[in-house]
Amino acid sequence: MTELPKTTARKLGLVIDLDTCVGCHACVVSCKGWNTENYGAPLSDQDAYGEAPSGTFLNRVHSYEVQPAEGTAKLIHFPKSCLHCEDAPCVTVCPTGASYKRTEDGIVLVNEQDCIGCGLCAWACPYGARELDAAEGVMKKCTLCVDRIYNENLPEIDREPACVRTCPAGARHFGDFADPDSKVSRLTADRGGMDLMPELGTKPVNKYLPPRPRDAAQDIDILAPYLAPVAEESKGFVAWLDKALSAIPGGSN
Amino acid sequence: MTHRQPHLDTSPKVSDEVRKTTCYMCACRCGINVHMKAGKVAYIEGNRDHPVNKGVLCAKGSAGIMQVNAPSRLRAPLKRVGPRGSGQFEEISWDEAYDIAESWLRPIRETAPEKLAFFTGRDQSQSFTSLWAQSFGTPNYAAHGGFCSVNMATAGIYTMGGAFWEFGQPDWDHTKLFILFGVAEDHDSNPIKMGIGKVKGRGDKVIGVNPIRTGYNAVADDWYGITPGTDGLLILSLIHCLMKAGKIDLDYLAQFTNAPCLVNEDPASPQQGLLLRDEEGNPMVIDRRSGKPARWDGDGVEPDLTATLRQKGVTHRPVLHHMADRYLSDDYAPEAVAEATGIPAARIRQLAAEIAKTAFDAPVVLDREWTDFRGKTHKSMVGRPVSFHAMRGISAHSNGFQTCRALHTLQILIGAVETPGGMRFKPPYPKPATAHPKPHCKVTPGAPLNGPHLGFVHGPEDLCLKDDGTPARIDKAFSWENPMSAHGLMHMVISNAHAGDPYRIDTLFMYMANMSWNSSMNTSGTMKMLTDVDDNGDYLIPHIIYSDAYSSEMVAYADLILPDTTYLERHDCISLLDRPICEADAVADAIRWPVIEPDRNVKGFQSALCDLGARLGLPGFVNEDGSQKYADYADYITNHIRRPGIGPLAGWRMGDKGTQHGRGDPNAAQIDSYIANGGFWVEHVPEGAAYYKPFNRAYQNWAVQMGFYDSPQPYIFQLYAEPLRRFQLAAEGEGRIQPPDHLRDRIIATMDPLPIWYAPIEDSHIDTGEFPVHALTQRPMAMYHSWGSQNAWLRQIHGMNPLYVPTKIWRETGFKPGDWARVSSTHGEIVVPVVEMAALNDNTVWTWNAIGKRKGAWALKGNTPEATKGFLLNHLIHELLPAKEDGMRWANSDPITGQAAWFDLRVKIEKAAKPGATQPHHPEIGSPVPAAPANLTWKVGE
Repeated sequence: MTELPKTTARKLGLVIDLDTCVGCHACVVSCKGWNTENYGAPLSDQDAYGEAPSGTFLNRVHSYEVQPAEGTAKLIHFPKSCLHCEDAPCVTVCPTGASYKRTEDGIVLVNEQDCIGCGLCAWACPYGARELDAAEGVMKKCTLCVDRIYNENLPEIDREPACVRTCPAGARHFGDFADPDSKVSRLTADRGGMDLMPELGTKPVNKYLPPRPRDAAQDIDILAPYLAPVAEESKGFVAWLDKALSAIPGGSN
Repeated sequence: MTHRQPHLDTSPKVSDEVRKTTCYMCACRCGINVHMKAGKVAYIEGNRDHPVNKGVLCAKGSAGIMQVNAPSRLRAPLKRVGPRGSGQFEEISWDEAYDIAESWLRPIRETAPEKLAFFTGRDQSQSFTSLWAQSFGTPNYAAHGGFCSVNMATAGIYTMGGAFWEFGQPDWDHTKLFILFGVAEDHDSNPIKMGIGKVKGRGDKVIGVNPIRTGYNAVADDWYGITPGTDGLLILSLIHCLMKAGKIDLDYLAQFTNAPCLVNEDPASPQQGLLLRDEEGNPMVIDRRSGKPARWDGDGVEPDLTATLRQKGVTHRPVLHHMADRYLSDDYAPEAVAEATGIPAARIRQLAAEIAKTAFDAPVVLDREWTDFRGKTHKSMVGRPVSFHAMRGISAHSNGFQTCRALHTLQILIGAVETPGGMRFKPPYPKPATAHPKPHCKVTPGAPLNGPHLGFVHGPEDLCLKDDGTPARIDKAFSWENPMSAHGLMHMVISNAHAGDPYRIDTLFMYMANMSWNSSMNTSGTMKMLTDVDDNGDYLIPHIIYSDAYSSEMVAYADLILPDTTYLERHDCISLLDRPICEADAVADAIRWPVIEPDRNVKGFQSALCDLGARLGLPGFVNEDGSQKYADYADYITNHIRRPGIGPLAGWRMGDKGTQHGRGDPNAAQIDSYIANGGFWVEHVPEGAAYYKPFNRAYQNWAVQMGFYDSPQPYIFQLYAEPLRRFQLAAEGEGRIQPPDHLRDRIIATMDPLPIWYAPIEDSHIDTGEFPVHALTQRPMAMYHSWGSQNAWLRQIHGMNPLYVPTKIWRETGFKPGDWARVSSTHGEIVVPVVEMAALNDNTVWTWNAIGKRKGAWALKGNTPEATKGFLLNHLIHELLPAKEDGMRWANSDPITGQAAWFDLRVKIEKAAKPGATQPHHPEIGSPVPAAPANLTWKVGE
């Protein structure tokens, strides 16, 4: 079985804002594109044009409907990829050492040369975040775009994961959770960022920002003065108009 | 095992080269960086410098790599060898293809050019394709606007000189309340997502008004699950509340709208309901300084909203008084509309109050001086930070034009158009209806049409009628059936041609329009119309030419196929003459260019039209010596001159001292300059010209300099739309050009010069008790029309489409997970899988559109989910309404614009035994392309 590093210098990960995610799948496909062409074996697709198309994806969006006891139903879009856990069970379960967590930044990776495709790590991951590539027979997972974030061939502004760069709604953020002043740490603190299934003790690095309360009924008593009538019918309205216009100095501003 | 880390190269080479062009995975037209390795496409990402998407890219855009390798790509020109609909073709040369096309087109051009119907679907080159059709001489040209969102566009142009999306956008940086009415999620795709992200990022409020709570509505802070087709009624109730409370921007209304213009109220006058004008035809207002009538745009004039005028025995009252008469009526009180809209009265009041509060308690004031067209200088720019967006959801109803007018009117009443925090136009808009061409339809055999096909009518004299009063166009656009059909009626072409109503045609020529599948109402009926024969066994529509890049369902129904390229293999221009990519703060246009060369015998459709135009000797496509004028589309883009100094692209034109922007002569290196600049050109609006564009002298002068128009054209917003009143007057019997009697009542009822609401017209043709449920479609964010679901990556996200059923109907019907349902309309029935959904209007079912595919199309293999679990709602929708006693063919369209009323559909739903596949099921069609590969491991680099 494989050991985890005692500590990591940085804790790189994602903040995913469930208040803003519109469920467009931009992150899913951008990830598919980058990781098909880059890190390790391509993400393959079986029966790509047939009856049961099934490919490898490192990031998927699930949608859940929530029906509260009171009030309107809500639809939550939930993007899910590897959470780069501090106590990653997928690493400790690996029989060959192929799965590992980087000491410098905490990213969990698979060294495909050592991976025997046994699938134990996928069973161990409680989040279902790993997928065995059917063509190559190796385990694939989110790399946090380790081949982008330090890549000197990319402009500095582009050194972030493909899913973050592409997200149209700005619902994905990348940074270092070990730094309390980083954008991701501050967002997590300000917006009540949450761990996914904390009871499992995996200590996920990625955080989710919960949806803000929706449909909070504004107190109509507070709003009522805004609709206090100036007139009940057309004639009264014209009389009000006359008065109101006189109050505008020459129509200037 | 102790921790060990392998060596990892964290700076691998990303690509050999980045080629920047414009996406075409939907109509949004984002900038993309195409990373190339060894001459192949390796990766596609958004272009950070691009004005539309600023670096982001949606799922469709990122999946473009699976589009350029799609096995459904057509490979060569095709000639039909089996019966229509069989999919049996042989590949032919381009010369043979042109010979065939010429043999059909030359004789009709010389004798009866109207026998060509040329409709170009989701074309982004309409300024070019319309020029070709105009040169050919047929009046029968349009693109797909009539079945998409013409109501939104036209209502916007007539009311205020533009609408949403390509015309305008919320002021995302300043808005504090963003209200989204029923939207098509790709109009606008990335900019709306970016905008919602910005608004929510600031903690400001987003409200969704939509029967379905998905996508943008799912993240909305509040949701109004309205009954389909009643948005107009809700909006008029909001107007009622706001007017009654005096929460309207009087200063703005007086200065920048026709609210102070004077309406003739004499029932005996032929001018009744028209605006008082001076002898030169200028609308008049009462000037508050003098109390006397004055031109609306006179220097220093201060229009009065209250004064009435009695002149020559006729009373004239300001438009605003007429609005008060109408909208203060209890008919529009929240209590009166609650039942129809499905929104409780208290919730309507709450929405109105939130608008009032945000608009008038928290104005945005920018410290920028500006001068209006009357010469008055304003010290600051004051805005009402409430903004709206809407597209097809409210547009695609038979009451959609008036509903869109109502929404634009609401925005104007609170002073939230072209002011900070409200809705802003994108240059070259705003542009009022009067600045657009009128439609033209005069046919001369062997010669061009007498002007552009599409335009804006201002009264009966502008209609496209023959001398006998019958429609001049095959789609009956600009006829009494739908006088203001500014985008044509593509959805009526096949039906009318098949019926010979108003006449028969010889050749149907189409581009990018999947008419035998998802782009038609009455899909099965359309297939039959395309294959029906006369007594001699000849097809009723004798010749069909079709151009598409892929093996779509429509290919099988054409006689001749001109294979188009994919979007990465072609030249295009996204032109200011057409549907440009501008932003509120910038004018911009863009190109596509071949970042890869086609590996098949295919040609960009526009280049094929250059060839075909030259073969036919069309003016504008041949030189004086008869030789071909444009070698290809790129040649046209560079060298075509529309007006002196104006061509398809505004950037890097040639001036006296080198290149310049806006106006100038053709520049042989223009496309190279675009490529070097990332595929687009952008020029920012000067700060002092950024708001109040229709009224702002600085903007008007800049617009002339840029070449949008040739002299300043300030105007005021048309709350009261006189062109509508002119049609009503005719229907009341005034004037020489008269409608047919059977249309008079409908014209009077619907073409009201102030926004009204009437129930969707289908409701009066069917038994709404028998068909109580509303049925809608919407487009998924990760799929677009038929360009999507043959895409290997996107079809794994959306490979099937269940019918979503609200909990109430789910329980009443006793549905269980895995069930199927029979869904019937007055026109037909389908049997489809159902899924429960709670976040949905109680009386509405819906599904994703354009996922269902016909077996055999798109190079998909076997019983794919698209063919067995996907379906089209189109089978339930007819292009004609059920016959009434009059026996007339009443189009299922908006009676004002002809917009296809897709969303008026009503159905009933019951449990059904699970069939083998969704019903109706059409037999497999032959595929003109080779079989697709089984598996993909797509990596082009080492």
